[in-house]
Amino acid sequence: MKIIVCVKQVPDTTEVKIDPKTGTLIRDGVPSILNPDDANALEGALALKDANSDITVDVLTMGPPQADYMLRECLSMGADNAFLISDRAFAGSDTWATSNALASAIKKMDNYDIIFAGRQAIDGDTAQVGPQIAEKLNISQVTYVQKMSYENGEVTVERQLEDGYEVLKAKTPILLTAVKELNSPRYMAVDKIFDAYQKEVTVWSIDDLDIEPSEVGLKASPTRVAKSFVPQNTTEGIFLEGTPEKIVEDLIVSLKEIHVI
Amino acid sequence: MILKKEHELLRDAITKFVEIELKDLPEEIEELGHIPKELVDKLVRYKYLSPVIPKEYGGAGADYLSYAIIMEEISRRCASTGTYITAGASLVALPILNYGTEEQKQKYLKALATGEMVGAFGLTEPGAGSDAGATQTTAVLDGDNYILNGRKTFITNGPICDFAIVTAVTDKSKGSKGISGFLVESAWEGFSTGAHEDKMGIRGTETSDLIFQDVKVPKENLLGKEGEGLKIALNTLEAGRIGVAAQALGVAQGALDECIKYVQERVQFNKPLSAFQNTRFTIAEMATKVQAARLLVYNSALEKDNGINPGLSSSMAKYYAAEVANEVAYKALQLHGGYGYIKDYPIERIYRDARILSIYEGTSQVQQMVIAGAVIK
Repeated sequence: MKIIVCVKQVPDTTEVKIDPKTGTLIRDGVPSILNPDDANALEGALALKDANSDITVDVLTMGPPQADYMLRECLSMGADNAFLISDRAFAGSDTWATSNALASAIKKMDNYDIIFAGRQAIDGDTAQVGPQIAEKLNISQVTYVQKMSYENGEVTVERQLEDGYEVLKAKTPILLTAVKELNSPRYMAVDKIFDAYQKEVTVWSIDDLDIEPSEVGLKASPTRVAKSFVPQNTTEGIFLEGTPEKIVEDLIVSLKEIHVI
Repeated sequence: MILKKEHELLRDAITKFVEIELKDLPEEIEELGHIPKELVDKLVRYKYLSPVIPKEYGGAGADYLSYAIIMEEISRRCASTGTYITAGASLVALPILNYGTEEQKQKYLKALATGEMVGAFGLTEPGAGSDAGATQTTAVLDGDNYILNGRKTFITNGPICDFAIVTAVTDKSKGSKGISGFLVESAWEGFSTGAHEDKMGIRGTETSDLIFQDVKVPKENLLGKEGEGLKIALNTLEAGRIGVAAQALGVAQGALDECIKYVQERVQFNKPLSAFQNTRFTIAEMATKVQAARLLVYNSALEKDNGINPGLSSSMAKYYAAEVANEVAYKALQLHGGYGYIKDYPIERIYRDARILSIYEGTSQVQQMVIAGAVIK
């Protein structure tokens, strides 16, 4: 059985500041990390592998050559193989063009049972790439997975909703997107870090994929960013003071006044 | 120093682990008095407790530079956890790895790496501290067993150990060459421990005496050959010092981290402390010394990894890093002023934790003796 986990290297947005004049991100000196939701997806796959050693977990990313470092992190957590699709032709891809490239790579990787992705990446927050891959591969999908199990070619998942969850059963092959409530990702183990650097990361350019240059990159991206800006905070916060008991009482009264509770 | 990608990734891994798992730990274990079992389990699982133990015995099979990075980053946040790691990872693991029989490795080294057993290293005695050759504990061969009598003192993990490496006199007429090493299980009759020492710092570790009253130690638990005990202990300390030197480096960096944070927040005379020239010069000196300590520590680890005897370099690294840790902790606390004297600020604990570093695993003065012995021909 094979699980493919789609991962992305993103700037650590907790460290990112916005230039107040230009409204753009200041990315200088900001560390790159494995996207947090993708780490949950990888943990979900590795947990299945822990229970069944016949499972292979492959990680796939699209990005610049520096993404190799993040792929080594995934291998150090326990992934078996890593694939990087990297080409100047992919530069400027929006979610549509990105999912074209990733779906093409997944077709080449072949024989998968589950594709796992994070719900969304912290640098874009679109939550579109996972579902688009499923559509382009013409397989089922369940998003916002907060709990899952697998048995005999069938997954049972809890799909997170705003005020609850729904339980769904679906046959593989299937694409799932993970939310952070799914699990706590494991850390890298010392021995696996050294093993990770003994492994080969497979790098594919556009020539290795069954895809045309017109389907990827900036030109294939229908998304246009009209403007980016820092939202103005127009309301002032209210400070409650006093003993903890009084603060709680005041808070409840205030929330009731505005009909939140 | 430019590190390999593996070591950079290892540092990232530990940093992430520390941020989450050791976030509130140093304050908690001050009260608790021991390292929580859940944390030990995780240290075992990710092989932070067994970096240099080979894979065939359940360890990570990594190098000494990795061990140094682990010790540095863990101790940067929690010196007690650092002590717990180094007690097992080097003091107990190395003698068995370097001198143990295959049976001893299978039984004790594997159990140490997989967390099934906790080990302790018993060299120091009430009358034999820096003068390790003055050992009074005796082991007398009687048939298939040695009969062990004596007392070891200030033993890390003493109260919780499943076995201890113990040095004892087997032939008094041969002086320091009449001392031998043994693997002694705490469950054996006549093995007991003293009271848990109420220490100034590293209060998350458990320290006690080990007491032996006619303990029967099977002959196969002799470590190495008879008379090799002191050699085994001193060889262990040569490489083991890299771990304690890295711990001192981590404590120094941790004190510097706290200091930089504080001087940027604290405002006096309408300026943050960090804007005063005195503060800036002090921080510059601290940062430079911490980096110098780092280079000495990494250099010693790299010597060991490249088959060079690190005896001299590890003494220099341990001596310098321990002194720097104390100096940086002192200056960092001084820049905190009165707040640094209050337990609410981490620097109060770091200052106490730093104090042991120039004392255990060879005092600064013993390191100076080693260094002087090597350079004055």
